[in-house]
Amino acid sequence: MTALTRGSGRPNQWLRNLNAKIASIPMILTAVVIFLGGTIWTVVYSFTNSKLLPRLSFVGLDQYERLWAAPRWIISIQNLAVYGFLSLIFSLVIGFVLAALMDQKIRFENTFRTIMLYPFALSFIVTGLVWQWLLNPQFGIQSIVRSLGWTSFSFDPLYDADIVIYGILIAALWQGTGLVMCLMLAGLRGIDEDIWKAARVDGIPMWKTYVLIIIPMMRGVFITTLVIIASGIVKVYDLVVAQTSGGPGIASEVPAKYVYDYMFQAQNLGQGFAASTMMLITVAIIIVPWAYLEFGGGRKRA
Amino acid sequence: MLNLVANNSMVPEHDAVPGRITAGPSGRKPRRKLSRRNIIVYGTLIVVALYYLLPLYVMIATSLKGMPEIRVGNIFAPPLEITFEPWVKAWAEACTGLNCDGLSRGFWNSVRITVPSVIISIAVASVNGYALANWRFKGAELFFTILVVGAFIPYQVMIYPIVIVLREMGVYGTLTGLVIVHTIFGMPILTLLFRNYFAGLPEELFKAARVDGAGFWTIYFKIMLPMSLPIFVVAMILQVTGIWNDFLFGVVFTRPEYYPMTVQLNNIVNSVQGVKEYNVNMAATILTGAVPLVVYFVSGRLFVRGIAAGAVKG
Amino acid sequence: MTSVSVRDLSLNFGAVTVLDRLNLDIDHGEFLVLLGSSGCGKSTLLNCIAGLLDVSDGQIFIKDRNVTWEEPKDRGIGMVFQSYALYPQMSVEKNLSFGLQVAKIPQAEIDKRVKRASEILQIQPLLKRKPSELSGGQRQRVAIGRALVRDVDVFLFDEPLSNLDAKLRSELRVEIKRLHQSLKNTMIYVTHDQIEALTLADRIAVMKSGVIQQLADPMTIYNAPENLFVAGFIGSPSMNFFRGEVEAKDSRSFVRVNDVAFDVTSYPARTRLHPGQKVVLGLRPEHVKVDEATESHEVHPATVDIEEPMGADNLLWLTLAGQSMSVRIAGQRRYPPGSTVRLSFDMAVASIFDAASENRL
Repeated sequence: MTALTRGSGRPNQWLRNLNAKIASIPMILTAVVIFLGGTIWTVVYSFTNSKLLPRLSFVGLDQYERLWAAPRWIISIQNLAVYGFLSLIFSLVIGFVLAALMDQKIRFENTFRTIMLYPFALSFIVTGLVWQWLLNPQFGIQSIVRSLGWTSFSFDPLYDADIVIYGILIAALWQGTGLVMCLMLAGLRGIDEDIWKAARVDGIPMWKTYVLIIIPMMRGVFITTLVIIASGIVKVYDLVVAQTSGGPGIASEVPAKYVYDYMFQAQNLGQGFAASTMMLITVAIIIVPWAYLEFGGGRKRA
Repeated sequence: MLNLVANNSMVPEHDAVPGRITAGPSGRKPRRKLSRRNIIVYGTLIVVALYYLLPLYVMIATSLKGMPEIRVGNIFAPPLEITFEPWVKAWAEACTGLNCDGLSRGFWNSVRITVPSVIISIAVASVNGYALANWRFKGAELFFTILVVGAFIPYQVMIYPIVIVLREMGVYGTLTGLVIVHTIFGMPILTLLFRNYFAGLPEELFKAARVDGAGFWTIYFKIMLPMSLPIFVVAMILQVTGIWNDFLFGVVFTRPEYYPMTVQLNNIVNSVQGVKEYNVNMAATILTGAVPLVVYFVSGRLFVRGIAAGAVKG
Repeated sequence: MTSVSVRDLSLNFGAVTVLDRLNLDIDHGEFLVLLGSSGCGKSTLLNCIAGLLDVSDGQIFIKDRNVTWEEPKDRGIGMVFQSYALYPQMSVEKNLSFGLQVAKIPQAEIDKRVKRASEILQIQPLLKRKPSELSGGQRQRVAIGRALVRDVDVFLFDEPLSNLDAKLRSELRVEIKRLHQSLKNTMIYVTHDQIEALTLADRIAVMKSGVIQQLADPMTIYNAPENLFVAGFIGSPSMNFFRGEVEAKDSRSFVRVNDVAFDVTSYPARTRLHPGQKVVLGLRPEHVKVDEATESHEVHPATVDIEEPMGADNLLWLTLAGQSMSVRIAGQRRYPPGSTVRLSFDMAVASIFDAASENRL
């Protein structure tokens, strides 16, 4: 509904609802100046040769050519692809299985939930440092397994360039699957009890009910979760900084770190802007189809 | 074989059914406590729970050991001799590369960042969400859409323009600047949270207040606020943990003397000089994680509600 | 003297037109019911009168004052909502006095008005309680009280009884009627419940798609519906409709429906019925006589399909002229399915509509 603040006279178009407009100034400034303006600004300056300070001298696609020629960027993108793909699959599968287990009317549900979710309260820095310690080859998991007699056992992802990204993946899953489980559990709880009763009367086995009936019904929850995980993946930064600092060498670099390093350390703003624009495009590829599916069709009122 | 078909009159019970049928199932269905299903369900959950708890245990155990014990033992072994020295060192003496006064400086910086950021961001977003839910004006939805879409834009895209804006305002590198940044980036999710909450309140309540002659602020303070305490708590949980755990904004927007705890922690642990003191590192890590963990364990269900609300679309 | 007057009122939400040049005059002290199914625009119209929705065009007068651009609080109205809309954190007393305090009315006057309202509605014992501690009926009573303390001339009710169970609903219905009789305020009452409309209203405005279909007193609405929609909307079970053609024979008029010819000579038509005209004949279930000795009326045989005994009444579903119809008879008269009955009709209380325009003939 449109509600207006006005006196008894003929209402002035601009003074209508004045308080609401004043209250919305921070939102309008943020949306227009920072989100919209800032994004456009960065994209525009990614076509310049800005170094220490932003300068408007355009060099066309130079920054992008250099970006895609840089081995560090290629590794970053490869890492992001592997890490992103695996963490999507694993979070969704693990999250859903855990939620399904939690939905079996179990005892101590709250305790289990508390345990699975607490890592989510911790920062990526804390998560990264803990797992750095656990995966320490000298003292951590590898040395323990070896001391149990399996002396050839080798698992030191943080010092092996080929598998370092899996080390980060383990930490990320530890931190984030609890949240996915909670979202999925909320989705499961939102399903009409009668569906279960009907499936039971029809004699459909439980796993079949999940696969054929429940999961299709939770399409919305899955898509939402997917978008949340995916947009988190693109932003991954703190975890890498804490766990490996991008090492060994440049084996665990990610795009967000590339951007930061070029903007604030290498003093090569143009590269940073170009890299961040690439991140923006990645996110757009995820978000736009989703937004189109979710909001594009029927224009329903929230 | 109940004999009720022949006629409609009541059949005396003892004729057809002599008391209770002794053969066949009767009464409560027997249920085995250790059914296969239960073993699978609880077994899996317990293993998973151990996996989740393991890092916390290792953190605590390591932080209570002395360095010699760490070098010879394994990380899962409980400490033989409990020492709190690593904790003291982490809090007051650990070196960050710049100075050696431990995490305490970072802790107080984080407090000075978190408290105003939480208050301001929630105040701004709640009034904003209220305006969006109840006092819609032309264009409001457009700005709101930009705001929510903006939540998905990687921070890296907007960081540098914000640096410029803050520098122009003369607050780049200060706590004020960081508070502004947290308010900005907290806005999409908080506004969404409050908008949805206020929109979920019965619209007739708002209409009744309007008929009663209450205006924008009277309705907000007298009607909406008292009804919305839970959502404010949820927003606070969301913001306290989020801002406390932030690393990127702390690094980018503050000078070293204002670095929040997370940044300091990272500097302590990952600084290359000297011998690695794993016990001090773990103590420092726990100290940094303590505030959000306490919030989490104290708020329990509200925390779950908070992140679910934060995660579910409008 | 008109109390509320709506002139050429239009309301659009974007491209959707909800109300289109609507006119309505409500007399002082009148109880007017806006009746229609959901989405017909009745609540929208009420919200416009209250000032809670902005009109796109037209004017609204309350007590001969143009209030089109006024704030709700300045219009001299009180409003009662379906969900009660009591402020949950305030006590009953605070709920009643909140609006008066906002308006900065002296405390003594507030106390006086709250006392009077709570006496009228018999809610004095509840004054210190919170809304959550009240039953549905008590809550709605407080909501009415909130309108009462405003000391206004016009009361607006937006489906006030729809959230209550059947028993409470009929109790409060009587109470609202009693309130209207003693206060003599103008009341505008929105509902989708025809029983509420018929029992409470001085006049009913039946609405559909933002247009008032008929505005008249309840008995006229019931007995002489202006068009096919009103005829079908009012009455439960609905009026029986027969589509047929007018025939004339021996200076008598008939409506022929398949193999049955209904003699409609006694129908008080407004215009002459032309032979060959396509019409719809409407007969209310209770206006059909079953197996009753008749003098002048012709008799049609029909077979009972289903019998629905409802205590006081007995509802028969039978087939006549190839279509199903319902007949209401006294509860003690029973006809098992399959029995044949002889039907006769009183055309003086029937309705005939033009098949094309759907208007009453």
